[in-house]
Amino acid sequence: MVDTNELLSLDDLHAAGSVRSGRKHVLSVLVENKPGVLTRVSGLFTRRGFNIDTLSVGPTDDERISRITLTLDGASQPIDQVTKQLHKLINVLKIKDLQPSETVARELALFKVSCDPQTRSEIRELAEVFRGKIVDIGKKSIIAEITGERSKIEAFEKLVRPYGLVEMIRTGEVAISRGREET
Amino acid sequence: MRAVDAIMECLKAEGVDVVFGYPGGANLPTYDAFYDAGIHHVLVRHEAGAGHAAEGYAKATGKVGVAFGTSGPGATNLVTPIMDAMMDSVPVVFFTGQVRTELLGTDGFQEADTIGITMPAVKHSFLITDPREIPRTIHEAFHIAGTGRPGPVVVDLPMDLTKADIPYEPVTDVQLPGYQPRTAGNAKQIRQAARALAAARRPVFYTGGGVISAGAHEALRDLVRDGGFPITSTLMGLGAYPAPDPQWLGMLGMHGTRAANYAVDEADLLVAIGCRFDDRVTGKLSEFAPRAKYIHIDVDPAEISKNIPAHIPIVGDAKLILPKLLEEYRTLDADKSRMDAWWQRIHTWQDRHPLTYEPGENGEIKPQQVIQAIYNVTGGEAIISSDVGQHQMWAAQYFHYPEPRRWINSGGLGTMGFGLPAAIGAQMGMPDMLNVVVTGDGSIQMNIQELATIRQEGIPVKVVILNNGYLGMVRQWQELFWNERYSSVDMQTFGGEEAFPDFVKLADAYGIRGLRLTESASLEDDLRAAFEAEGPAFIDVRVTRDEKVYPMIAPGEAARNMVG
Repeated sequence: MVDTNELLSLDDLHAAGSVRSGRKHVLSVLVENKPGVLTRVSGLFTRRGFNIDTLSVGPTDDERISRITLTLDGASQPIDQVTKQLHKLINVLKIKDLQPSETVARELALFKVSCDPQTRSEIRELAEVFRGKIVDIGKKSIIAEITGERSKIEAFEKLVRPYGLVEMIRTGEVAISRGREET
Repeated sequence: MRAVDAIMECLKAEGVDVVFGYPGGANLPTYDAFYDAGIHHVLVRHEAGAGHAAEGYAKATGKVGVAFGTSGPGATNLVTPIMDAMMDSVPVVFFTGQVRTELLGTDGFQEADTIGITMPAVKHSFLITDPREIPRTIHEAFHIAGTGRPGPVVVDLPMDLTKADIPYEPVTDVQLPGYQPRTAGNAKQIRQAARALAAARRPVFYTGGGVISAGAHEALRDLVRDGGFPITSTLMGLGAYPAPDPQWLGMLGMHGTRAANYAVDEADLLVAIGCRFDDRVTGKLSEFAPRAKYIHIDVDPAEISKNIPAHIPIVGDAKLILPKLLEEYRTLDADKSRMDAWWQRIHTWQDRHPLTYEPGENGEIKPQQVIQAIYNVTGGEAIISSDVGQHQMWAAQYFHYPEPRRWINSGGLGTMGFGLPAAIGAQMGMPDMLNVVVTGDGSIQMNIQELATIRQEGIPVKVVILNNGYLGMVRQWQELFWNERYSSVDMQTFGGEEAFPDFVKLADAYGIRGLRLTESASLEDDLRAAFEAEGPAFIDVRVTRDEKVYPMIAPGEAARNMVG
């Protein structure tokens, strides 16, 4: 809108409402490393009825500061409400809503799969194709470690499920922005 | 220095002269420090009383209120006032005792996870883990409670840490990198708002408690008067704009005036300041001000577009924004006559639908009449603390608040039992003002033990009970929406010898003057005499039992479909 002293036609005004973006969001949240911070962040989601898909917490290069990376579905909740509410927490220092195209995101998953002597090598080959590692081999099972974006992990899961997926553990995504700028 | 003596020093540095609280095992060290700290400690009779008194103090003065409780039940009894302060954005610092650190998490005697229990109800909270942090933490707590959008802050003090010997240096700076409440307001947005105002033919100002918290009432009055705009406010915002006044439409919302609600319904521009589009204000959200564009000014960015998308959002302090908005608006030389037709329409509503009620029959006192009498007797020069229910709505409708901080009530949480302790705090904060509690026979019994505090402190509050013997608001809803099935609403406080409790005798038992008023004709004179007499008064006014609060937007209905 042009910034003049002309009267503003009310008809031209458009509301900036709560936005349901429809896409997945990766929020990178810098917080003070103090007791109870994770509870405050997760509790905020709980009581507003927002659902967190994945969450991971770890230290940063500054020991007073931790980074929480969480992913949520922008189709089911207005993302701007989430970030505004997060900003209100005193211990939250910075929030970045990472754009998928400008972000490197990785998740680590461990798959425990049933096997017999014959299928064991098939699973090993699959893991190799996914640039994964076999981290444990037993008589009846094998554990594969896969790192990558969520889609890669889900693709591997689909492939090994028919062999008998005993369990799977995923860390949730961590993410960092591309380029020189800080996340 | 003992950590508890450092706490006293910090309180004094924050300008605290009165606190409200209740001692116990876990805060014994703190109370030892109170013994000769020179801070007035008001001993309440239940921690909820302390919390609400601190709220009343904060609401009446604008300063940060302070409440103390012990661990466990002391802390859990404070939960309601904490939540109440959160909902109404009241600056209060709550100090809770905690078991000694080695007992934390062991289900020790009088242990409760205070930080965990209160987490969704606080603006922020601190569990002290190092006694040397205590001074800085206290100043941070006051800073957080009192700035930006005000709110409650809890400081949980494990007993052993409060007994520590710590080096005390006055703290003159607070460092909170994650807390920078935005204040100035975006200049471009303000200019845009001025232009929208100048273009509007049917504008309405809709203001809330935030205007009062910000101390922006003078700026609001200047803007509204200069522009000749109609103005309404929420329950929490009463007094920011003076009533009565030709531009004042009365309160809006569920029990607001028709003029206010119809004006909002037909407005082409709504200027919302320090308010949050609560469901009691909007009725059916999709039908609220359906033709309007919205300017929304609030210090809390999370409120903007939370319920209704704003067209011109301005984040910041209303006290700074409104003068700039007025300045910008003046440069536009807007023609006031553009609103002539609008004012005519508003005047028609005002003439056709004034707030009114049928006079009582056979000398019966109408509850609305009691509020009018209080207004006439005081000339509006009183602080009214209210409880929650029908009497609260009548006190909002029929008392005209000429100044902010004269109307103290529990709006967001709707806490029965709020009024009496809140008035204690208001009186301590504003000792020269006449303090009146408007309450009901239900609400008063929720914190009636505070009569003892009133007696002990010699607090001259005048308590007026609109006694209809019912939980009147619940009864009203049962009558209107639940087929007149009056379930558990008869309080037995009405009637002759068999009524209980006898409020006059009860007051007498506390050494407080009790009166019973039943005569409509002498009501005003009787109230005047009771208010003029020295000391507190506890006045049981028998009112029409089945009177209902009208007009009313039925829940989930649109404003234009008001009834009654």
